[in-house]
Amino acid sequence: MSENIRVIENATCTFCGCVCDDQILTVDMDAKRITKVQNTCVLGRAWFTEHAHEDRPEAIIGGKEATTAEAVEAAAQILAAARFPVIYGLSDTTCEAQRQAVAIADMLGGNIDTTTSVCHGPSGIAFEGVGESTSTLGEIRNRADLVVFWGGNPAESHPRLFGRYAVTPKGMYVPNGKRDRTVVLVDVRRTKSAPVADIFIQVKPGKDFEVLWALRALVKGRPVDPGIEATTGVSLATLEDLAARMKSCRYGALLFGMGLTMTRGRHFNSGALLALATDLNRYTHFVAKPVRGHGNVTGADNVVSWQTGFPFGVNFSRGFPRFNPGEFTTVDLLSRGDADAALIIASDPASNFPRAAVERLGEIPVIVLDPKATETGRLARVAFTTATYGINVPGTVYRMDDVAIGLRPAFDSPYPSDEDVLMAIKQRLEELTGAGKGAAAVAAQGTAAGPAA
Amino acid sequence: MVLIAGRTSKQGTSLNAGKLKDEYREVTSTAEMNTDDMGRLGLKEGDEVRLRTAEGEVVVRCAARDAEDLPSGMIFIAYGPPSSRLMGSDTALSGMPISKNFEVEVERVGK
Repeated sequence: MSENIRVIENATCTFCGCVCDDQILTVDMDAKRITKVQNTCVLGRAWFTEHAHEDRPEAIIGGKEATTAEAVEAAAQILAAARFPVIYGLSDTTCEAQRQAVAIADMLGGNIDTTTSVCHGPSGIAFEGVGESTSTLGEIRNRADLVVFWGGNPAESHPRLFGRYAVTPKGMYVPNGKRDRTVVLVDVRRTKSAPVADIFIQVKPGKDFEVLWALRALVKGRPVDPGIEATTGVSLATLEDLAARMKSCRYGALLFGMGLTMTRGRHFNSGALLALATDLNRYTHFVAKPVRGHGNVTGADNVVSWQTGFPFGVNFSRGFPRFNPGEFTTVDLLSRGDADAALIIASDPASNFPRAAVERLGEIPVIVLDPKATETGRLARVAFTTATYGINVPGTVYRMDDVAIGLRPAFDSPYPSDEDVLMAIKQRLEELTGAGKGAAAVAAQGTAAGPAA
Repeated sequence: MVLIAGRTSKQGTSLNAGKLKDEYREVTSTAEMNTDDMGRLGLKEGDEVRLRTAEGEVVVRCAARDAEDLPSGMIFIAYGPPSSRLMGSDTALSGMPISKNFEVEVERVGK
């Protein structure tokens, strides 16, 4: 270890949606390594300490090393020539970079989608149909005396959710921490999260909707057939007990995972849970929050929403934003063979998408921005190595509860940020396409053509 | 059997080291099975099995889990390229392919 050591307090971990902003990093500035991390979890420790600048070229074009400037030119040429470019990813980069990506989609009349569509996208659809009784994690920490985790395994996916917000911390109205809370876990298998739960309810796979709907009935005092146990694996007595606890708590929180969104029923499952939370507000205060995976997937929802009016799966081909899951979501449009170019930012769809979608990525020119080597980077026509947000790049991210948090990077990177690369591509696209700035250009063209009638 | 794909601590830590590295590949190519199911199929810890759906097939290694933790008929695998290869692309107009709780055929490799 060198003498050039820097300690960074209140650094932000961007690995998962908890976005813990109380990390203390010890950084060897000469070696460009984070040697110690305090206040972190197993995932955060790996996120920080595994980070090193691999000796990768700043860019690759067609398998050959290139400069960033050359790659910007190649990427802009691909996107300018495309008739249906899709921009995808964005959950592991800053809001500042996400803004640039939306601007490019707008300028090109392209399609923009984020990893939300294969994460809590169905919950996003349910929010529009059912609404959301929401809160911050701080509110849950200080007030919740009943916490129900549904269809998720935070012990492994969001380890500090328990200690920092929802299980053990002492809060304003739960001064004894865990002793003042009842914790319920609902899942199809007994995960590593089960030991923290006072009550574990094991549901048959694919029967979450039925259990949630039965709970809605019981909360409203309506009868439920005891045969519910044969259908769902959960006895009526267990459901009655949970419904009674939900109605009688002072402040309840439903924190739900992808066990609801990734299974048959998808947005109906999330919608049933959100509707249950709404029902419970006739009796007490109840909130429901999706537990979000990637460090800034919530920021992606926010940025795409405030710029287009919709959270994901947005298409600009008619000159204005349209939202249609199933049509403009990336798995669908790639599987149908619709897209003719892809700009992938901070995501690895070649690893995570179904076969038909990955095959389409292999047929079209793909541009990738990523700090690390990935399967998607391997099939890319143009690949940029970019700096890592939170470790090398400052900016803004959103925690899973929609709270904006600033980043305090540890050390510089030799590679550009996603925002820098996207701004350069956007600038070159403006020159190539003659576009002004998105909607302004459309408006200007309309004026030049004169009124239609 | 029914396949559930999900996150694990090892999957999370190994992807930080690199998704093209051996550790991540090993973690995402390990299928957890109930000990009763493994006995029924004549499998022991570390044996290779072929998982097959209409979309594709992958060969993964078995890891035994207590029947109390993992119900009979269920396989758990950490998210990754192998689990993705088994998914269908139909999203039922939601954008989301079924990524958990879909049926797979299980076949012992090297019988």
